[in-house]
Amino acid sequence: MELFTNQVLAGIATGAIYACMALAVVMIYQAIDHLNFAQGEMAMFSTFMAWQMMQWGVPYWAAFVITLVLSFVGGIVIERLLFKPLAKAPILTNVAGFIALFAIVNSVAGLIWDFTIKQFPTPFGSAPFLGSQLISTHQAGMIGVTLLLLALLFFFFRFTRIGLAMRAAATLPESARLVGINTSWMIALGWGMAAAIGSIAGMLIAPVVFLEPNMMGGVLIYGFAAAVLGGLSSPLGAVIGGFLVGIFENLVGTYIPGAGNELKLPIALALIVIVLVVKPSGLFGHTVIKRV
Amino acid sequence: MSAIQETATDAPAIDAVPKRAMTLGAGTSIVVLLLLLVVPLFVKNFIIFQMTTVLIYGIAVLALNILTGGSGQFSLGQSAFYALGAYISAILMEHANMNYALTLPISGIVCFAFGFLFGLPALRLSGVYLALATFALATAMPQFLKLGAFEHWTGGVQGLVVTKPDAPFGLPMGQDMWLYYFTLVISIAIYVASINLLRSRSGRAMMAIRDNEIAASAMGINISLYKTLAFGVSAGITGVAGGLGAIAVQFVAPDSYTIQLAIALFLGMVVGGVGWLPGSIVGAAFIVFVPNIAESISKGLSGAVFGVLLFVVIFLVPHGARQVALVSQHWIGKLKRS
Repeated sequence: MELFTNQVLAGIATGAIYACMALAVVMIYQAIDHLNFAQGEMAMFSTFMAWQMMQWGVPYWAAFVITLVLSFVGGIVIERLLFKPLAKAPILTNVAGFIALFAIVNSVAGLIWDFTIKQFPTPFGSAPFLGSQLISTHQAGMIGVTLLLLALLFFFFRFTRIGLAMRAAATLPESARLVGINTSWMIALGWGMAAAIGSIAGMLIAPVVFLEPNMMGGVLIYGFAAAVLGGLSSPLGAVIGGFLVGIFENLVGTYIPGAGNELKLPIALALIVIVLVVKPSGLFGHTVIKRV
Repeated sequence: MSAIQETATDAPAIDAVPKRAMTLGAGTSIVVLLLLLVVPLFVKNFIIFQMTTVLIYGIAVLALNILTGGSGQFSLGQSAFYALGAYISAILMEHANMNYALTLPISGIVCFAFGFLFGLPALRLSGVYLALATFALATAMPQFLKLGAFEHWTGGVQGLVVTKPDAPFGLPMGQDMWLYYFTLVISIAIYVASINLLRSRSGRAMMAIRDNEIAASAMGINISLYKTLAFGVSAGITGVAGGLGAIAVQFVAPDSYTIQLAIALFLGMVVGGVGWLPGSIVGAAFIVFVPNIAESISKGLSGAVFGVLLFVVIFLVPHGARQVALVSQHWIGKLKRS
């Protein structure tokens, strides 16, 4: 039993990483209605910017805030320059655009900061949390920040005018336009927010997985899985999905003989697919009703 | 042009392609065929090998096109079927000493069955959820091929080496050239069969499902049957492409069939034009040659150059090679009339 609780705790700790990433994924999905494959690379680039500022002597929290602002602006610029012209193109063409963006960001980051791994500092310290060997204060901090972000997003979408406008633009673009909402800018805003949330995720993840251009590869897969598991229309679902994926992954690695590191990912993904077959729009997603 | 603009205004997931627009005219087909037949006689072996690769990827892109362009289902798992086909051919050739040409139908049939079975759970999913399920398949496949239990047959991480076939009946041509013509014949057969499939009753049923699932089922189309059938056919064709790929490269290893292959095939489909079968070869040429071009422009930034080139293509022609073909058809028509 103790092994079980320990593994669940460790799962929650890694799950916090996925939950963070899944939040960013859901954010963009809400705004533009598809998954952005370049999300992880954008987060990685933001994290590198923060690292560079700290190398130049900027204190942690200042670098954190500047990165947040730069990422927000960067997200909007990417949308305006690259994806607004594609707004009328087929969805699959847009997906190809995400893949292109992925290749560009990854390659440019590799050229500027090369592929050696770098240490990224943590603001929470890395001592054991409340005397537990399994969760460090950093991981506890990460869980706290994720939950705080979730609360902020909830209030933003629920109680602010602009949050309401974004929801309207995403669900019924034409009606939203009729009541005077600038839907095109709502999409840009969604990109900016997703980039900012991604940068927070990146800065929190970097102390755990180390900083390098390919650091997001694995994290993004789990982040997508978490977002899809939770249901892409629900930020709360994304966070719960993130923790569940973390726990799944750890329990599979511990209890299924011969699973080891190699089969952990396929088995975790297979479990998610099984869940999806039972609940096709995720655990917390709305079922979309189609009309002819 | 008007057809493109009409369908583009509300940006549906997959454009409705009328079935006549899915093929090339007779004149164009003959010109393309002649080019494919004659060019290898005048170029170096390495270029022949690259052309063979283009044809093989072309078959795989065509298979994805049947699934996505034909029945409206999205898959990131094509690399898994490709890998399965490649391994079945390689194992039959190396462990059972079977003739290389005979292994291909077996790869196709096994992959068809596998794809059909995978299509059953996939029935419940659509859109991104289906993308995730197929993605899971693609990431799982290399890990399964590495498993110790199958190592006796698969060769584990090291993979298997396949012997390259000689030209039969004492034909005076090199191995590369023979393989090219062998692949060409199979490609043409698959292309013609696919066109006929999409023109048949089953093809029309698939396209009806793609355009509107609920309306299709109201007209009495068996949705589950045709959706899984599309998965099976697509997987089977991909399996044949995988088998050919194994023979051409003379080597199979788990890490050649990662998710990157599935993404490349997807890009090939978008560049060629979703739902336009002749575009598959254009898309395949893009994914074979453009990474090399990017590498030659800048070694360190090859990924960025590739991304920029891809952006240029989708900005200029968001509907892929199909758009180019439609526009040029339009102009040729105008010239003829004046």
